[in-house]
Amino acid sequence: MRNPATARTLPRALHPGAWWLWALGLAAAVSQSSNPLIAVLAVCAAGTVVARRRTDAPWALAFRLYLLVGVLIIVSRVVFRVIFGGGQGDIVLFTLPRIPLPETAGGIRLLGPVALEQLLGGLYDGLRLAAVVACVGAANALADPKRLLKSVPGALYEVGTSVVVAMTVAPQLVESVRRVRRARRLRAGRRRGVRALRGIVIPVLEDALDRSLALAAAMASHGYGRVGAVAPRTRLFTGLLVIGGLIGVCVGLYGLMDSSTSPHMGTWGIAVGLALATAGFVLGGRRVRRTRYRPAAWRGAEFLTAGAGAAAVVFMQLASRYEAAALYPSLNPLAWPELTLLPFLALVAAASPAWLTPPPLSVLDPDRALRPLVGEPERVRPVRPVRRTAEPNPEDT
Amino acid sequence: MIRFAGVTFHYPDAPAPALRDIDLSVEEGELCLVTGRTGVGKSTLLNAVNGLVPRFTGGHLRGRVSVAGQSTADRPPQEFAHLVGVVGQDPLAGFVTDTVEEELAYGMEQLGVPADVMRKRVEETLDLLGIAELRHRPLRTLSGGQQQRVAIGAVLTPHPRVLVLDEPTSALDPAAAEEVLAAVTRLVHDLGTTVLVAEHRMERVLQYADRLVHLPGDGRVLHGEPAALVADSDVAPPVVRLGRAAGWDPLPLSVRDARRRAAPLRRRLAGRVPGTPPARDTAAPALRARDVVVAYGRTVAVREVDLDLLPGEVVALMGRNGSGKSSLLWAVQGSGPRRSGTVDADGADPRDMDAAGARERVGLVPQTASDLLYLDTVAAECAQSDAESGAAPGTCRALLDRIAPGVPGGRHPRDLSEGQRLSLVLAVQLTAAPGVVLLDEPTRGLDYHAKERFSRVVRELAGEGRAVVVATHDVEFVARAADRVVVMAQGEVVADGPTAEVVVASPTFAPQVAKVLAPDPWLTVEQVESALAPEEQRT
Repeated sequence: MRNPATARTLPRALHPGAWWLWALGLAAAVSQSSNPLIAVLAVCAAGTVVARRRTDAPWALAFRLYLLVGVLIIVSRVVFRVIFGGGQGDIVLFTLPRIPLPETAGGIRLLGPVALEQLLGGLYDGLRLAAVVACVGAANALADPKRLLKSVPGALYEVGTSVVVAMTVAPQLVESVRRVRRARRLRAGRRRGVRALRGIVIPVLEDALDRSLALAAAMASHGYGRVGAVAPRTRLFTGLLVIGGLIGVCVGLYGLMDSSTSPHMGTWGIAVGLALATAGFVLGGRRVRRTRYRPAAWRGAEFLTAGAGAAAVVFMQLASRYEAAALYPSLNPLAWPELTLLPFLALVAAASPAWLTPPPLSVLDPDRALRPLVGEPERVRPVRPVRRTAEPNPEDT
Repeated sequence: MIRFAGVTFHYPDAPAPALRDIDLSVEEGELCLVTGRTGVGKSTLLNAVNGLVPRFTGGHLRGRVSVAGQSTADRPPQEFAHLVGVVGQDPLAGFVTDTVEEELAYGMEQLGVPADVMRKRVEETLDLLGIAELRHRPLRTLSGGQQQRVAIGAVLTPHPRVLVLDEPTSALDPAAAEEVLAAVTRLVHDLGTTVLVAEHRMERVLQYADRLVHLPGDGRVLHGEPAALVADSDVAPPVVRLGRAAGWDPLPLSVRDARRRAAPLRRRLAGRVPGTPPARDTAAPALRARDVVVAYGRTVAVREVDLDLLPGEVVALMGRNGSGKSSLLWAVQGSGPRRSGTVDADGADPRDMDAAGARERVGLVPQTASDLLYLDTVAAECAQSDAESGAAPGTCRALLDRIAPGVPGGRHPRDLSEGQRLSLVLAVQLTAAPGVVLLDEPTRGLDYHAKERFSRVVRELAGEGRAVVVATHDVEFVARAADRVVVMAQGEVVADGPTAEVVVASPTFAPQVAKVLAPDPWLTVEQVESALAPEEQRT
């Protein structure tokens, strides 16, 4: 038997799917309220988890970028409300010169008096959206996007590989363009303008074409796309099942998130979609004679993480039934937003993976992580006894 | 193991078949070296082994190619993955994943190898090729030699019975090439893998080969014992040519063989000295660089390097992959980044001038020379070059005809051979009549003949009073063409002096003739031949 305490604390990379389930759960939870306190605390929860559990890999720096996008969203929402404010609200903060529009523009009003309620409405809205974006960013920072693609079901393997290849092509193209532009200067060719484009685009495209042919040949000789003996009819059938199922799941999710549609559409859509997709994956997976190198394991910590996301959604659902007023703080009359018990529990659940999951592995240089244990004591030791005998340090005792 | 039976292969629209009536059989556990000049169909032959030719190239293949009894006509290349491992010329272009460990596992995943076996084989392969410390590294950050070893490892993990390597060491420095070849010979000896390898620089592989397959260029294939076949082959490494000049029989294939028989030759050469290049008057240098620093972020590529280039001198710039050679050339030319330091080319710093002005002082042919070409025909490129440089119409074409006569003007630059394309780019750059010419890795992909012609071109350029710098890994080319060698390591110049002095003392940079005849300062077969010639006339 594995000691559960060690299993939890031994550094390892969590299954990327678990991080995504957690993040999507948190995003779904946040989107159910316009309470700015909840939104800000949700970003804090996501940030805590990212700070404690991200690796030192390049994609782990993505979270900062998503926060920046969030700030942009908030600012643009508020500015939008100022420009097209419509002047609702009693507490007017200041008045901007109004730009008169012709009668045909109808109810649209540009600038004019700016009310506090109107600004806060924009701010709350922006915060909610920014929190959702931050959740996606957290998932991106925590889960290696390529490892996620590697964990797709066997039936989708070929699609997953194509996406991975496509993802490596983009940086290669950028590199090619830089190289050719630099080479253009050697010929004293133009580096800007339409005529220069030909001198840059043609070598880059030729390069890309050559490279993709070489890659295709390499993949084929590695055995990519070995089919074995599967009837084309079976392949078509499984393909239809999988795609139909995925569409069903999407429809179901839309139904769940959008409160204006019938709740049955959501539950039934998801159920039928999942059933179809699972059947497709099982059928498709059976014909695949392929294996995975070091497949990402799904153990207790993964269940905890995904469960934390699910718990956040459940608590918020309960809150919308029993404490609905606290989820949508009133703007008219203006009231302080409040944090009640159920949303608080949702946020605690969301932040819990920061402590419940095993710490991440150091990706870049495992040797460097060991060095302080191995190298330093030897260097320090000879110094200490000398200092102690010469003048006893009062702090030592 | 591999059997070609009556194989003839035609590329579409080609006037003559690339391979004609080939009957060849390679037995299990052999290391088979494929030689021949550029463009005679070496890659075609290699890629036909697992059916990439004709399935990925088009063309018509007649006859039967089979591996372990399975014909390539019946199955696509995918179904040969467990039998044949293929490594292409550019390892980076063939990588599917992006870290070392995943790349090693990729082939096994396709074959459905169980997870625990995969884990074990990845570890074994990491050790076999000596790349265990690189396991988590992204593939793009590796050096050329490391990439090549990962590419070989990636095809080894499924335990193929045949390994096909196309120019595995062409982009590598001598030390890295040794590493790769050592790994390959270990496979042959320890695992009994059959290896088919094409290589321009035969001197690196010939001594390990059990069998030589030579493509003379008319579509035929000659094969047999290396020692017998190489005796009258048109491509031969220096050690074989030295053996021919000294009249040894059988011919030596390795430096060790030759060294053991060289004592009489050394005695015959005693008292003679190789014809030293005429001493140059150390007048004003054509280019003077001081304290050049190139840094990318916190990585210092070139660290406070001083470099003087004299007119009429050929300087070879050597050093490991990634030692800062290219960065130095680009910085000196003025188009690449330079953090500090000064360059004085004919009274001005090329960095401070516009691109056209910099080009008239210092011309650079980059590593991927084809980046400079973008028009449809050779003639159009030449005309464009005349216009760019403000030279009289026809200047570029005249230069091209002098460097490589007979390049058809209507041909698309991509359809030229490697050597012709290099000549075209060189002509384009020479149209501006620069006093200093910098060449970055020009000898890559050139066969012995093309290299010989190119070294004559380089000497001619120097003869016209230009200063020429050639960054290269090719020690034989350096021995023949360079007056002076500058060796770089970690961005610093670690050796700078006349070719004979720098090269003879170094175990990695010494050419084969120097290794055989050390401590005497002979570098090339030509030097030995001309020293022996008068003696033979006398007797």
